[in-house]
Amino acid sequence: MSKKEDFVKFDKVDKSYDGKVLVVKDLNLDIKEGEFVTMLGPSGSGKTTCLMMLAGFETPTNGEIYLDNNPISNIPPHKRGIGMVFQNYALFPHMTVFENLAFPLRVRKISKEDIEKKVDKALAMVSLSEFGNRMPGQLSGGQQQRVAVARALVFDPSVVLMDEPLGALDKNLRESMQYEIKHIHESIGVTVVYVTHDQGEALTMSNRIAVFNDGKVQQLSSPDKLYEEPVNSFVAEFIGENNTFAGEILDISNGSCKVKLDKGEIIANPISVQSVGEKTTVSIRPERALINPKDKMDNNQKGKIEEVIYHGDHTRVRLNLLGNSEFILKVPNSSQNLDIKLGNEINIGWNSRDARALDPK
Amino acid sequence: MSSETQKILSTDGIPLEESLKKAEKKNKIKAFLLVTPLLLFLIITYIVPIADMFSRSIDDKLVTNMLPKTYKAMEQWDGKELPPEKVFEAFYLDYKILVKNKTAGKLQTQLNYEKNGFKSVLKKLARKQKKFEEGNYKEQIMKVHKRWRNVEYWRAIKRRAPAYTYSKYLKGIDMYSNEDGKIVQVAEDRRIHRILWSRTLEVAFFVTLFCFLMAYPIAHLLATLPMKYSNLLMICVLLPFWTSLLVRTASWMILLQQQGIVNDFFVWIGLVADDNRPEMMYNKTGTYVAMTQILLPFMVLPLYSVMKTISPSLMRAGKSLGATPAVAFFKVYFPLTIPGIGAGCLLVFILAIGYYITPALVGGASGTLISNQIAYHMKSTLDWSFASAMGLMLLTGVLVIYWIYNKLVGVDNIKLG
Repeated sequence: MSKKEDFVKFDKVDKSYDGKVLVVKDLNLDIKEGEFVTMLGPSGSGKTTCLMMLAGFETPTNGEIYLDNNPISNIPPHKRGIGMVFQNYALFPHMTVFENLAFPLRVRKISKEDIEKKVDKALAMVSLSEFGNRMPGQLSGGQQQRVAVARALVFDPSVVLMDEPLGALDKNLRESMQYEIKHIHESIGVTVVYVTHDQGEALTMSNRIAVFNDGKVQQLSSPDKLYEEPVNSFVAEFIGENNTFAGEILDISNGSCKVKLDKGEIIANPISVQSVGEKTTVSIRPERALINPKDKMDNNQKGKIEEVIYHGDHTRVRLNLLGNSEFILKVPNSSQNLDIKLGNEINIGWNSRDARALDPK
Repeated sequence: MSSETQKILSTDGIPLEESLKKAEKKNKIKAFLLVTPLLLFLIITYIVPIADMFSRSIDDKLVTNMLPKTYKAMEQWDGKELPPEKVFEAFYLDYKILVKNKTAGKLQTQLNYEKNGFKSVLKKLARKQKKFEEGNYKEQIMKVHKRWRNVEYWRAIKRRAPAYTYSKYLKGIDMYSNEDGKIVQVAEDRRIHRILWSRTLEVAFFVTLFCFLMAYPIAHLLATLPMKYSNLLMICVLLPFWTSLLVRTASWMILLQQQGIVNDFFVWIGLVADDNRPEMMYNKTGTYVAMTQILLPFMVLPLYSVMKTISPSLMRAGKSLGATPAVAFFKVYFPLTIPGIGAGCLLVFILAIGYYITPALVGGASGTLISNQIAYHMKSTLDWSFASAMGLMLLTGVLVIYWIYNKLVGVDNIKLG
């Protein structure tokens, strides 16, 4: 069975609640069959609205959403056959776990034996086989979450939506649930659209991530690309840690450019700048800048250590570099770098292709 | 293996268990003192009156104490034929004292309850007994009124001999114990109490039903509307609460009377002819309309407080899982509101079953309820023991309903707010 490239398709979708402000602007998004796509963004960026439009609880103001090439704007939620995991689980508190899972099957008038088989299978999938007779209130947060996932999957939907499903869990549980959901996705191959504001969650779980801001998709790409090659300064800032320099293009040629800062000059990789004189924000990941680099690098600067914070596996060093006193370095603790002391002047080097000249902030 | 467990001692050598008890005792006393005012209030204003009501409803010492010699003399009388001279004499002596003390009126009233027409017979005796000569009282008394020759009147006196009676309760359900001591129903045309009981239940049931049907959508709207609208709606719901019950009932009288606003409107839109205006007041319709309006907030508030806690995502979850809106409502939303429905229905039903002012004012003859009958006996006939008996029957009825309700729904499931 070949996977469809545009199994879920947002085609020029606009959404406005009050007729004045567009919360979603001209959204185009294709999701492959069997893919795990995360909509990531700050609150108010329109990601949940997109999910609700896909689920059918909101209607697009303009444009159309296609599911398997069928327009679905006029189909009510209960006929879309899309599974959904809600932020607060939304388990039915008056039904047992078994009844909760059987609910979507019963409304589909599936025979009793099949219901039992399917529910047992779904419970086994989330390793809750013993809990069928419990009420949701008697389960821990993580268990409720797993029931909610199982319920959204038990009727074999083609797409499952998850709206910040791990938001209410504590950190450890959240991490183990991330893996669990990822493994479930891999084993049954269902298409998942996942909404979160937690970038760690998005990077761990997704095939592709759509970064939302201001009602628009800023970048849609795989986690590694998103982190390594952000296309604009919002994405660079939102995903991971980031050192930035604001400046102006002095010279641009052969896939590299010279940027004039308040103090000094650096060489950078022109991503969204074309011509001399343009304003730009240069973004460098903390781990790409090295102390006393052995290999030759085309940016070498001196900086003064202003703060040292021990983080267990690594040490974070805050430098004053080229007038930026917020320049962060991550130094692995295995290295015997003993120059890291408060007030020391150290040499910092990075490659120009890791310094991405993006749009100005 | 020794089962002996080491006792844990606190630092001052007292076993931990004891010092814990000591510490908790103080808290218990404190807690008790805090609830004492409420407890006293309940005892004085609730338990004591009910106990007094109960003793009043079965107390029949009044007649017993007024005719001590008569009842002593009646002990040997079998009640088949006219009593012997001894009884007549004792009755004459007892009654003489009563007339002298000016308390004969009470006896007349009490015996009249037992046998209609007794009052006039006794009144005549009170006038004539002054001229009685000593001896042969049987002859003299029977001469005063021919009814004294009727053995039934003497049986009526004898029936009041016991100090306690359940006859008031029998009367409450239109039964009495007849001359032979058998419990029988009263004549068919006099069975008014049963009609009143069944009407009270019927009105309470339908008022509860109407309140439920009207309150459910209101409460749902209240719980789902945005704050600024729901506050306004809430005020509309509560406004009647802040208005005097009498004012609300009186305004219904203005609205519902034959020349009232509602009828005027019906005539104006051509629903009814001007000379054929329907009677909407002084009958059951008036009682239904006014009581439903007055009791509506008691249904809305518990429903609202329950619906407020139901997350809107539950309905969404139901729909996303493939349930039509109707199925999602009946399988998901409705079951979750049952605690509120239970609380609201119980509250409205119990309030309605004992409702007094509204049916008294707008009910007319066919819309009055058992509470009006109780008030009638309190104020007009002054038969307080009968009023007490009916009040207790009503209270028992409410407790039975509560018990049934607890069996069906479970009181723990109730949410009052």
